[in-house]
Amino acid sequence: MNWTNPGDFFAMGGYGLYVWGSVLVTAVALCAEWLLLRKRRNAALLHAKRELILKKEYSNETTT
Amino acid sequence: MINWFKFSSPKTFYPLAGKLISWLVALATVLALIGMYVGFFMAPTDAQQGEGYRIIFLHVPVSWMSMFIYVVMAFWAAIGLAFNSRLSAMMASALAPTGAMFTFLSLWTGALWGKPMWGTWWVWDARLTSELILLFLYMGFMALQSAIDEPRRADKAGAVLALVGVVNIPIIYFSVQWWNTLHQGASVSLTRAPSMATIMLVGMLLMALAAWLYTVAAALARVRCIILERERHAGWVNQLNEVKQ
Repeated sequence: MNWTNPGDFFAMGGYGLYVWGSVLVTAVALCAEWLLLRKRRNAALLHAKRELILKKEYSNETTT
Repeated sequence: MINWFKFSSPKTFYPLAGKLISWLVALATVLALIGMYVGFFMAPTDAQQGEGYRIIFLHVPVSWMSMFIYVVMAFWAAIGLAFNSRLSAMMASALAPTGAMFTFLSLWTGALWGKPMWGTWWVWDARLTSELILLFLYMGFMALQSAIDEPRRADKAGAVLALVGVVNIPIIYFSVQWWNTLHQGASVSLTRAPSMATIMLVGMLLMALAAWLYTVAAALARVRCIILERERHAGWVNQLNEVKQ
């Protein structure tokens, strides 16, 4: 084991800013991508649902 | 035998991709956690760079992915251009944002590694500059596609750009051999034994595998969005449970 206490671990031998700066930004980028994907999927589903409602209304109008 | 052509239709591919995504994400998360454990708790301190070298466990996998995704994107773009297949072109579009993200992360983690080791965040040398050009290629591809309203024309224009840009990939890869650069040579290559301790290599490969699985999951999730956006007029989309309810 390289670390004797948590302080050591976070200090990274003086390179803490660089190492944790890399880890943090990578984690944020990955999470942000998933949030954007979820937003895009919800928007696409909403559009598809609206389209289906319009289709149904149209077929009701033409049959009655 | 599996009929692969069956899965080249968005209608059959959409549910298949949906089933795969959660498994891929779970596997990627587990591998990344093990990789981080190996990298931060098992791998020894580097003789020259101390603890600062641990950035390698992020920097190398994201840099590999930034180049690999571009090649895969250009491959699907070429297939789409040659066979006029809808799904291949959609795959190319789905890969671009993830590729751009990994390229940004490669530059970011590289800058944070360069500062303490070289004394500078950035130099205009061959490796760094060609990687920056890769980021511009991804952004150019996305900008070009979003500037054209008609999807099939956007696919074709993007495919041409992606194929022209593929020439940059060998330039990035061999830049450390062809030019004198601050950047070190390849850490791992097929022709010689790796120049690092086995446990470091294991951590790096675990992280690379996790990044690869993550990319497949993200690309599949995005291609499902693109399918929904483009084919929402189609009857099969109306039949989907997530649309019907």
